[in-house]
Amino acid sequence: MSSPSDSRPSGVIHDIGYRPYSGPRLGEGQIAWSLFLTGLRNCYGLGRSGRSKVLPMILLGLTLLPALIVVGVAVQLGLPELPIAYSGYPLTTNLLISVFVASQAPTMFSRDLRFRTITLYLARPLRRSTYVLVRYASLSAAAFALIWAPQLLLYVGAVLGDLPVGRETEDFAVATAGSLVLALVLAGLTALVSAVTTRRGLAVAASIVVLLVSYTVVTTVQGVATETGHDTVAEAAGLFAPYSLVNGLQVYYLGAPEGSPAPPGSAGMGALFVLAALLAVVLPVLGLLLRYRRAAVV
Amino acid sequence: MTHAVEQEQATVIGTVGLTKRYPSVTALDALDLDIGHGVTGLVGANGAGKSTLIKILLGLLPATSGSATVLGHDVATASREIRALVGYMPEHDCLPGDVSASDLLVHLGQMSGLPHAAARERAADVLRHVGLAEERYRPIGGYSTGMKQRAKLAQALVHDPELVLLDEPTNGLDPSSRDDMLALVRRIGTDFGIAVLVTSHLLGELERISDHVVVLDSGRLLRSSATTEFMHATGVLLVEVQGRADADQLLGQALVDAGLQAWPAGRAVEVQVLDETTYDVVRDAVVDLGLGLVRLQERHERIEDVFREGGAGRVQPV
Repeated sequence: MSSPSDSRPSGVIHDIGYRPYSGPRLGEGQIAWSLFLTGLRNCYGLGRSGRSKVLPMILLGLTLLPALIVVGVAVQLGLPELPIAYSGYPLTTNLLISVFVASQAPTMFSRDLRFRTITLYLARPLRRSTYVLVRYASLSAAAFALIWAPQLLLYVGAVLGDLPVGRETEDFAVATAGSLVLALVLAGLTALVSAVTTRRGLAVAASIVVLLVSYTVVTTVQGVATETGHDTVAEAAGLFAPYSLVNGLQVYYLGAPEGSPAPPGSAGMGALFVLAALLAVVLPVLGLLLRYRRAAVV
Repeated sequence: MTHAVEQEQATVIGTVGLTKRYPSVTALDALDLDIGHGVTGLVGANGAGKSTLIKILLGLLPATSGSATVLGHDVATASREIRALVGYMPEHDCLPGDVSASDLLVHLGQMSGLPHAAARERAADVLRHVGLAEERYRPIGGYSTGMKQRAKLAQALVHDPELVLLDEPTNGLDPSSRDDMLALVRRIGTDFGIAVLVTSHLLGELERISDHVVVLDSGRLLRSSATTEFMHATGVLLVEVQGRADADQLLGQALVDAGLQAWPAGRAVEVQVLDETTYDVVRDAVVDLGLGLVRLQERHERIEDVFREGGAGRVQPV
């Protein structure tokens, strides 16, 4: 239409105005996956401020350090087996794990309520329940990574150090299953505490109290009860702390070496441990769903 | 068939007998609406049912009875489809303080179904349109209210919705930011081609930017019509003068003496315009009195007048 002679000079920056988006739009499943990955990254401070990376990374380093030393020593000395059981490792580092889960749960479960960012999520395609479950999955996966990473390190070290592969693999598999259950239980409890308290500092303190104090009290009660011959009391006490609960399950059902004082000794007690573990996962998740149902109609 | 599709496209938001009852109050009472493209203002006092309506449209709140459709989807059965096509800017603070606007928008874009690369591109585009430049990389916690409102608006646009629901977008803004925000809302409806439903309790704002105004009162539809109908000229001239303390009274008297109908309106005088000569009479009167003419303005009816006419009683469920 316009002849070449009256064309405008090139090289001018134009404001191209508003450009509509005509590309693909993802479905609910892919959105949920994206939320899961973001949540998992955020638990380790990735995609957040530099300061929020410090604590999770230090904790990760600290849980890996003993495993690294153990592997090094075992391989150097040519020990016939690792001096520490895979399934017992989380009990040794329970302080680090508790601090990690307690400090990161508010990232998933109170930031959105405190800043009311939840409204922005609910105005988007994901359903409320999907949102809550995906956040729970992110926190569980982050906790699992922290619990499992040193066990993996031990396992790789053991295999490279020419320990019997069959035996090590079996023990490692048992520990992996236990780590998964432990991660789910810890994430559920701390998530619920965070969602209920909403304030970050309070949530962290309350979660640490719940996790650490429960374990200390339980092991003390177990010690006293065993000394005085009340074995059933000692076993039942194990139900009331996540670490002893999960360790008891591993020992009774999967034949892991004893890690906490009094694992279940009878079928009845074993069943009780299973029930307790199920409730420890299901009840907090139901609590979370209720909490968000109430919070979400803002 | 084609006709039906066209009709669906014409109606962006439609409600029939939409009712929401809480145990103690009725938030929406048999509301019938038919909202089309362009910018639609939703006016009502606090508690008139504006926010309730928006939540029902997003499928976040079930209606007690009646039905509603958004972009051709039923809110009761297809709320997820609706939420993928609609952007929502809440009235209250909803931005996390510890992330940057850029990061937040990329994430929320993905939450609306954009692939990561597209979300990044859209986030940058939209932030530029709302006028957040370098500050987009700083944590939102340090933003001014104006910048926060812009970021809130940006997140409603990041997925290129077909409709945006803006709840009180000018809340807490100073006059100049308010003007910027209103201009932006107007642009969204015109240049961007996105349908807009914007609420406010400040009527003057909606007069300036809306094609269509819906007035809610206690959950009922008070009036729904084009903005121009609200603001038809009333044939009254507003005259403001200065120079003496009793300048307005002097002028009023002079105009009445000249045979015009004039009455005081605050510190100004309103004059009934009879014909072209009325303007000359007013000018001459001002000059004769040695006063300074500050304003000579045709008086339009304002949306406020709908309320003032005591319309609350005369509801017509269309």
